[in-house]
Amino acid sequence: MTETTDPASRSGYADHPPRMGFFTDTSVCIGCKACEVACKEWNGVPSAGGRDLLGLSYDNTGGLGADTWRHVAFIEQTKPMRQEGADGPGGDMRWLMASDVCKHCTNAACLDVCPTGSLFRTEFGTVVVQEDICNGCGYCVPACPYGVIDRREDDGRAWKCTMCYDRIGDGLEPACAKACPTDSIQYGPLEELRERAAARVEEVDGARLYGDDPSDGVGGDGAFFLLLDEPEVYGLPPDPVVTTRDLPSMWRHVGAAAGVMAALAVAAFGGAK
Amino acid sequence: MTTTDRPNGSSFQRKQKAERPMVPKAEFGSYYGSPVLNPPVWESPDIPGYLFLGGLAGGSSLLGAGASLTGRPALAAVTKSGAIAGAALSMYFLVHDLGRPARFLNMLRVFKVTSPMSVGSWLLAAYVPAAGVAAATDLWGMAGLRDLPGRRLLGAASTAGAAVLGPFVASYTAALISDTAVPSWHDGYPEMPFIFTGSGAMAAGGLGLLGTSVLGASAGEAVPARNLALLGAAMESAAMRRMTRRLTLTAEPFATGRAGKYVKAAKILAGLGAAGTVASAFPLPVRARRAVAAVSGVALVAGSACTRWGIFHAGVASAEDPKYTVIPQRERLESEAAGHAGSKG
Repeated sequence: MTETTDPASRSGYADHPPRMGFFTDTSVCIGCKACEVACKEWNGVPSAGGRDLLGLSYDNTGGLGADTWRHVAFIEQTKPMRQEGADGPGGDMRWLMASDVCKHCTNAACLDVCPTGSLFRTEFGTVVVQEDICNGCGYCVPACPYGVIDRREDDGRAWKCTMCYDRIGDGLEPACAKACPTDSIQYGPLEELRERAAARVEEVDGARLYGDDPSDGVGGDGAFFLLLDEPEVYGLPPDPVVTTRDLPSMWRHVGAAAGVMAALAVAAFGGAK
Repeated sequence: MTTTDRPNGSSFQRKQKAERPMVPKAEFGSYYGSPVLNPPVWESPDIPGYLFLGGLAGGSSLLGAGASLTGRPALAAVTKSGAIAGAALSMYFLVHDLGRPARFLNMLRVFKVTSPMSVGSWLLAAYVPAAGVAAATDLWGMAGLRDLPGRRLLGAASTAGAAVLGPFVASYTAALISDTAVPSWHDGYPEMPFIFTGSGAMAAGGLGLLGTSVLGASAGEAVPARNLALLGAAMESAAMRRMTRRLTLTAEPFATGRAGKYVKAAKILAGLGAAGTVASAFPLPVRARRAVAAVSGVALVAGSACTRWGIFHAGVASAEDPKYTVIPQRERLESEAAGHAGSKG
């Protein structure tokens, strides 16, 4: 069995800092989108184009992509929310807000399938694109089980969250976490964040953790979440699996199929007089 | 937004049983019906063309080697030319689809067995020169030019090399598309390579039939092409059938929309081509036999292309609709939960 908890050691870093991550506690997200703005500002991420009014509650961003590395989802639900015996306004409506981001998977499909080595694992255990290497083959895009990374149309290369690699190396926190006014986005050593999240999930009614489990299909996420509903409600896959988990079997099938093809050719000539 | 994708992201069923949400087949939660995945940025005709031509080239290299070994000069010339032309055009498509075509050579910066595109790039880097030299040495001989020392040896070695690598050129692209989160591509991975090599064999056989007919070669030259075409068509059809029957929800994109039309067209073309191929084996007047073989060959090549276009579009469609991502994952979680409950009780 492979060691799944420490991707930096697995990638050959002998001496490295602890694995760093994000814990996004959506129960305290107020939907201010400061994370989206701070991310764009710090990383120089261009506009996603146009002045789009999507009509999806307060979400005019849509989803993660080449030009969106933090995305705040707004979900309006009809659900009895008033506590028993409480007075005052309020009703059957609740609003879920959640800031989505690259998960920096322990077993990252985008990194596995990248044919140029442009995507790499940093000493912090995060996954980063080297833009001077990427040739825009686009393989990482459908490989990602979360729909995070994408190719920028006018530029031709793949882009995604770097967990502010240029900040964390200097001991600063990523721009989104720095800007978050409610500490919904928390940055720190992953081990510490997991402990904090385990305590938090006990406090919040109907809360569940997403991406915190190292035994899940991607070996656990470097960026994980506290959610108040099923992941798919937020546009997240309920049980993502790194596609390369099946790759050894795929190669075996490829080998067998190639062998059969050669056998067909032998038969084709064997049958000819 | 479809009726099942309610803006509050929950389903009717969930409201009734708030504590233990159950997601039946037709109902699933989503974020305004938007895709969970970022759909492939790969485009048609580049990527389906690349898949198809790789198969055509790989199969042609096998036929070319056999034709040389068994003394079928017309078949050898046709298939070896077809192999390098297919491979070269396939490479063109691959480079053209890059966001930064000028950086194509970055593909050879590293070798990664975890990336079928990396493995494939190295494979093509060996295969394309072999197929090219195999064709060039063969055509040199046919053209009756003054023979060069070592041409035969070089020709034999490159022909053998292309024939050894050819089946992998035809099949690795199946791993390439299956090694993604795209539901219909990933789920189909056990059969996909067999569809691809069957389809490649069928296309190569079709090309051999067409070429030998056009060149007016003797009836015996076309026999291996005919056999390979029929064997390949049978394998493609059997593997496709097996895959779409085994898969449940993620088989749907192969039968619907644009993909469904291509898959259907592929079946019809392969069926007609196979029937014509069989007919061309019967004692017919020479001109009629050649005409039937040529038309059948075109149908088989076109059928193989339609299969790849169908598979390509099916994958894209399965990535664009969140139901193909969410429902199978939700079902997996529920069956795991049921398994745990069962083992406790």
